Amino acid sequence: MASLSATARSFLLWELLAGMKLTFSYMFKKKATLNYPYEKGFISPRFRGEHVLRRYANGEERCIACKLCEAICPAQAITIESEPREDGSRRTTRYDIDMTKCIYCGLCQEACPVDAIVEGPNFEFATETREELFYNKAKLLANGDRWEVEIAANIAADAPYR
Amino acid sequence: MICWNGLEPMVDFWQDYALPGAIIVAKIVAIIIPLLIAVAYLTYAERKVLAVMQLRRGPNVVGPFGLLQPLADGLKLFMKETIVPAGASRALFIMAPMLTFILAMLAWAVIPVDAGWVLSDINVGVLYLFAISSLGVYGIIIAGWASNSKYAFLGALRSAAQMVSYEVSIGLVIITVLLCVGSLNLSRIVEAQKTVWFVIPLLPMFVIYFISALAETNRSPFDLPEGESELVGGYFTEYSSMTFALFFLGEYANMILMSAMGAILFLGGWLPPFDIAPFNWVPGPIWFALKICFVLFGFLWVRATFPRFRYDQLMRLGWKVFLPFSLFYVVLVAGVLVAFDWLPTP
Repeated sequence: MASLSATARSFLLWELLAGMKLTFSYMFKKKATLNYPYEKGFISPRFRGEHVLRRYANGEERCIACKLCEAICPAQAITIESEPREDGSRRTTRYDIDMTKCIYCGLCQEACPVDAIVEGPNFEFATETREELFYNKAKLLANGDRWEVEIAANIAADAPYR
Repeated sequence: MICWNGLEPMVDFWQDYALPGAIIVAKIVAIIIPLLIAVAYLTYAERKVLAVMQLRRGPNVVGPFGLLQPLADGLKLFMKETIVPAGASRALFIMAPMLTFILAMLAWAVIPVDAGWVLSDINVGVLYLFAISSLGVYGIIIAGWASNSKYAFLGALRSAAQMVSYEVSIGLVIITVLLCVGSLNLSRIVEAQKTVWFVIPLLPMFVIYFISALAETNRSPFDLPEGESELVGGYFTEYSSMTFALFFLGEYANMILMSAMGAILFLGGWLPPFDIAPFNWVPGPIWFALKICFVLFGFLWVRATFPRFRYDQLMRLGWKVFLPFSLFYVVLVAGVLVAFDWLPTP
């Protein structure tokens, strides 16, 4: 009897039809994917994306050329040169990050005593040439100006946990 | 027109040749253009259906709802460079995709879209279709041989063996339908289904036809000839650009052809499901297109559901299950027709 019903089931394509019913029911389910370029997923405040150099509210750049980030960078992606400015304050003359070397470990932002170098929430900075990924100070400061609002909010959101 | 004394010896060129020729060309264009558009949008539909069943979105960026995606894909293929491998047999290598494509188009000459809407209403329509779809193997096997590549060659061998095996059971399925109709003319076959579509009395045959059509067009789960994991791309591994596009178009045109054949043989062609008011307002070609879409959706649905068969399973199914079963059904149908004296009168 068991073998008879097994034969009947195999001739009626029972299992195949059950499988097809399942895939058909999936047609009406909610999509698992995002409509990516137009719709983006949640990103943690701690997300370590593209680097920025921040400024104070009065427009003065935060970085004091202490070179802690350069020292701690495990990939040695950061290059800093500095000399005193006319007003006597110490500032960088050169702040380069080789984004092709960077491993996005976040140690630079941990080391920074003034929250100047920060990894922002931006991860869409692909370029068409390799050279465009060698960031200089101007590029990093421009990034800072563009992402300041988001970064300030992220730092504030993460503050209770540090 | 031409008098015995030669007063009007000139054949009227315009009347006798140019005009009928132009009409025939117009008819061919009227078939080919919608067919190519249908093929393009079948690829789109396939990607959308697969995406939806896998909880994805599918193409949705190029044009509204991604509707221009097939055109973009086509354009991309046309712009690419055609690469002919160094060891390939040049002429055959170029000829094979053309052959596949031409055969896929050729078969449409006998498909009736509505009563009388057919390019050539020949009395051996079914045989013609069967012959043309069998010739499709040549395109594939020539492609596999001419590529001079082991993957292409093995893919072509598998494909040829598979298509030949499943043609046998398709042949028997067609014979059962022919027994019920008494004619090989496709329009007559459709008209014979006025009272009841053959899918109802011959449901097992329809299932066998559908599965064999999957195998015949090398569709999943019988897409062994192009099994990526073992054969890279199967018989069109070495093809690129235009030549690849021709194979692709041919394959999808064959899918539509098989669906059209299924619609004609089992689903009553252009006939509405019930010959009553709201149904018979809809014109025949639309019913026909809807039925083709229904079968095509089945093709895509199956692809979204089942994993690929193993080669020996494929051959076992073809020769040891479908062949005896369809043979048995031919005998059964013939017996019933004779016993109840239902044989159609020619």
